[in-house]
Amino acid sequence: MRTPRSFRTLAVAAAALGAVAGTRWAQAQTVAVVGGTVYPVIGPRIDRGTVLMRNGRIVAVGADVAIPADAQRIDATGRVVTPGFINAGTQLGVVEVGAVRDTRDANARGQNNVAASFLVWEGFNPASAHIAPARQEGVTTVAVIPGGGLISGQAALVDTDTGSAASVLRRASVAMVAQVGSAQGAGVGARGELIGRLREILTDARAYRANRAAFERNATRPYAAGRADLDALQPVLAGTLPMLIAADRASDIEAALRLKREFGLRMMIAGGAEAWQLARRLAAEGVAVLTGAENNIPGGFASLGQRQENAAILARAGVLVVLVGNGAGDPELFNVRNLRFEAGNAVAYGMDFGAALRAVTLTPAELFGVDDRVGALAAGRDANVVVWSGDPFEFATRAEHVFVRGREITTPSRQDELTRRYRTLPGSGYRP
Amino acid sequence: MPPRPPRCLTAAVVLAALAAGAAGPAPAQTPSAPAPGQGTTPGPTSAQPAPQPGSAAASPAQGSARGPGRGALSSPNADPFPSTYRPFTSVPTVIRNVTVMTAAGPTIRNGAVLLRDGRIAAVGASVDVPAGATVIDGQGKYVTPGIVDDHSHLGVYAAPGGDALSDGNEATNPVTSYVWAEHSVWPQDPQFPRNLAGGVTTLQVLPGSANLIGGRSVVLKVVPSRTVQGMKFPGARYGLKMACGENPKRVYANRGPSTRMGNMAGYRTAWINAEAYRRRWDAFLAGNRQGDPPARDLGNETLADVLRGNILVHNHCYRADEMAQMLDLAREFGYRIRSFHHGVEAYKIADLMARDSVSGSLWADWGGFKMEALDGIRANIALVHAAGARAIVHSDDPSGSQRLNQEAAKALAAGRAAGVAVSEDDAIRWLTINPAWALGLDDRIGSLEPGKNADVVLWSGNPFSVYSRAEKVWVDGALLYDRLDPNRQWRTDFELGYVPAPNAAAGTGQRPAVPAGNGGTR
Repeated sequence: MRTPRSFRTLAVAAAALGAVAGTRWAQAQTVAVVGGTVYPVIGPRIDRGTVLMRNGRIVAVGADVAIPADAQRIDATGRVVTPGFINAGTQLGVVEVGAVRDTRDANARGQNNVAASFLVWEGFNPASAHIAPARQEGVTTVAVIPGGGLISGQAALVDTDTGSAASVLRRASVAMVAQVGSAQGAGVGARGELIGRLREILTDARAYRANRAAFERNATRPYAAGRADLDALQPVLAGTLPMLIAADRASDIEAALRLKREFGLRMMIAGGAEAWQLARRLAAEGVAVLTGAENNIPGGFASLGQRQENAAILARAGVLVVLVGNGAGDPELFNVRNLRFEAGNAVAYGMDFGAALRAVTLTPAELFGVDDRVGALAAGRDANVVVWSGDPFEFATRAEHVFVRGREITTPSRQDELTRRYRTLPGSGYRP
Repeated sequence: MPPRPPRCLTAAVVLAALAAGAAGPAPAQTPSAPAPGQGTTPGPTSAQPAPQPGSAAASPAQGSARGPGRGALSSPNADPFPSTYRPFTSVPTVIRNVTVMTAAGPTIRNGAVLLRDGRIAAVGASVDVPAGATVIDGQGKYVTPGIVDDHSHLGVYAAPGGDALSDGNEATNPVTSYVWAEHSVWPQDPQFPRNLAGGVTTLQVLPGSANLIGGRSVVLKVVPSRTVQGMKFPGARYGLKMACGENPKRVYANRGPSTRMGNMAGYRTAWINAEAYRRRWDAFLAGNRQGDPPARDLGNETLADVLRGNILVHNHCYRADEMAQMLDLAREFGYRIRSFHHGVEAYKIADLMARDSVSGSLWADWGGFKMEALDGIRANIALVHAAGARAIVHSDDPSGSQRLNQEAAKALAAGRAAGVAVSEDDAIRWLTINPAWALGLDDRIGSLEPGKNADVVLWSGNPFSVYSRAEKVWVDGALLYDRLDPNRQWRTDFELGYVPAPNAAAGTGQRPAVPAGNGGTR
């Protein structure tokens, strides 16, 4: 017999309420992280530095910071202090269990594979069990990326904070997500047709802007997309909302760059298996690449040039690089937490340590327009701060303190509770 | 393109190959004898004897049948696709001034290893350097046994993918014990050389998990070859892939089984038939063999050899309660489960696994992607280890398989975080001797001990550091991969003209000088 749906909803709500219990409320107080090796990212490393937080903000970062008498002190001697990491390639909060249809809210149906007006954030679930593990490993902000179709929808930026969906949201729309690599996924027959369709939609969005009044009177020719999608594309045409284009093959990336020039778009490339072959052009055109360092498999004819040195080559050529998971093990969801190992592998494959750190902090913040708030340790920014036991990219290192907006949340994750329950067999489950 | 290592054999290598069972029609089901001087099997639990062939005729008329007519007799042939692997040419090699993780004892600082004639000849604080030996200074580096991945689909789900190369699931019947994974393996899968570059020297390639009983696995050496026979590990036993839970019931939802109880009924029906088949054949083989032999049935041939103890069961199973049922099922029909694969809930029944000597082939941190994977925790491997069962880091993934050392590092860190006493020496066993045991090959590979096959990896640093990478990889003493030498980087046929050649300068594990924005290095 099935559980009535309403009961299950109640249970989820109760769990969400319970999750707030373990918060160490630092918001109303002052916290000083002292003695650590501080990587502000926005400036040079500070040995034995202090990071001072108050009311959810960073108020001072430096070697000679006066510490108020009432401050809670965290001794970070021998530790490393960084901004909270930003994972720019996740489905956190919009997928819970991949194989359970009712928990998948990352892919819109759209109209003819176009879902420009789809705000993935509107389905975001802050009670997802996958958020705590990400936070525990120093990921304090994530981009939630919609998928599927030709134009997938709008990515959102969310903090791994506890609270309501609205309260953890940073920005509901940080990029318009589309793809140029898969004609099949776009519902067309050929790559050129896919590009032509994107061109037609963007052209019609432009025409719609010029003829909005006529459109409302039903006095325009038919457009290639619906009103909501045409509206959603206006910031893209205005250059205020970047397009995040999934593309792997070098020639696919080139096709995307042609559209960029044609319509004056801001653009980022996601995936970018063969982006290293176009490193100079991407640098010259100011196009960032979201890629990882755990894939070297020619897994399809569009990614024959996939290599682990991709990020290093791009960064050395001056391309803005954002590191996201591209290996195995669900880096978008269950293992959003593994972002730091992606960075470590990028270093092992030639990327400078500082560049790799920037690629998981300040660079994504810049690209999503929130670098005045997160991605760096500096006075005035939101206190997303991590104290690591050592090199943040190493497996043996632990995130000892994670502050999100100045609060350290110590509630155990679901995985922690399972571990505790079965740490000693036969398990300490309910046994009256 | 790098030349393929020549295959002309020195006399010593031939002898080594013969001793290793490489030549001749070695019956696949006979475990090779331990090498001389070999001690007990290392591992977290006391040595477990390998399952012995049953009391009934263990080796049905295999290689001993003479001349033509094995097929004509309709008599089962245990090794119809025999290995043709021969070790590649090797020179005596000494790696010294290096940290040696042996998987057989404590780590040796400033140690040395001698590889000679395809075998580990000596391991210790120092070793004698034979005349003419290649000597490698391992300052700051680490040596480990070659990694053994006991859950791979390389070759059966080859890159670049697509339907044409999707050969891992014969999803046409819930019980396909009659298929053999080796018949699907494409030796030109470009994922093989990448695996070797990750320090993996032995793979078990399994059928997928669509079926209750998916068919035979095959154990491969990660070496270039025109044929799969040239990759087959000489004398390795076969495995049988079984799968629990969601996959079979999803795939066969329309025709059944569509439930977990349907799954169980499916296994039991298959074993009942197999047991009757085994009795018929064993009676025939034990008798005077006059008259018509019983009819051959490919599927039951495989299952009967499981019941005789000759084929090792590898059971894909996520949930604790299902694993416990599979243990009872195995007892009902008198076979042993060698390893539970994936087992994201193994930590809940690790004591039962230890009791029944079942290993756990596990991920470091996968979970959540379906209901039966929901309870994955990072301490799984360490908790299984601590309970006294053999823990194994497996991949089930062509990318993860290249970084099994990193997976072990994550499992090690998680175990420590959970308060489990685990060491790097334990973690190296999760990658080497424990999976070697799961394949029944722990007497030949999986540790650095004299007499064992010289499957060896030289790492640029501690293999549990994110910055370390396999620098050199030897298989049976032959240097088959060298990160610093593009001429020792195997490229498959597929890659020619499609995949840019490796950049000699890129990625040495030492902060390489990658040319900046050069538009490629074809």
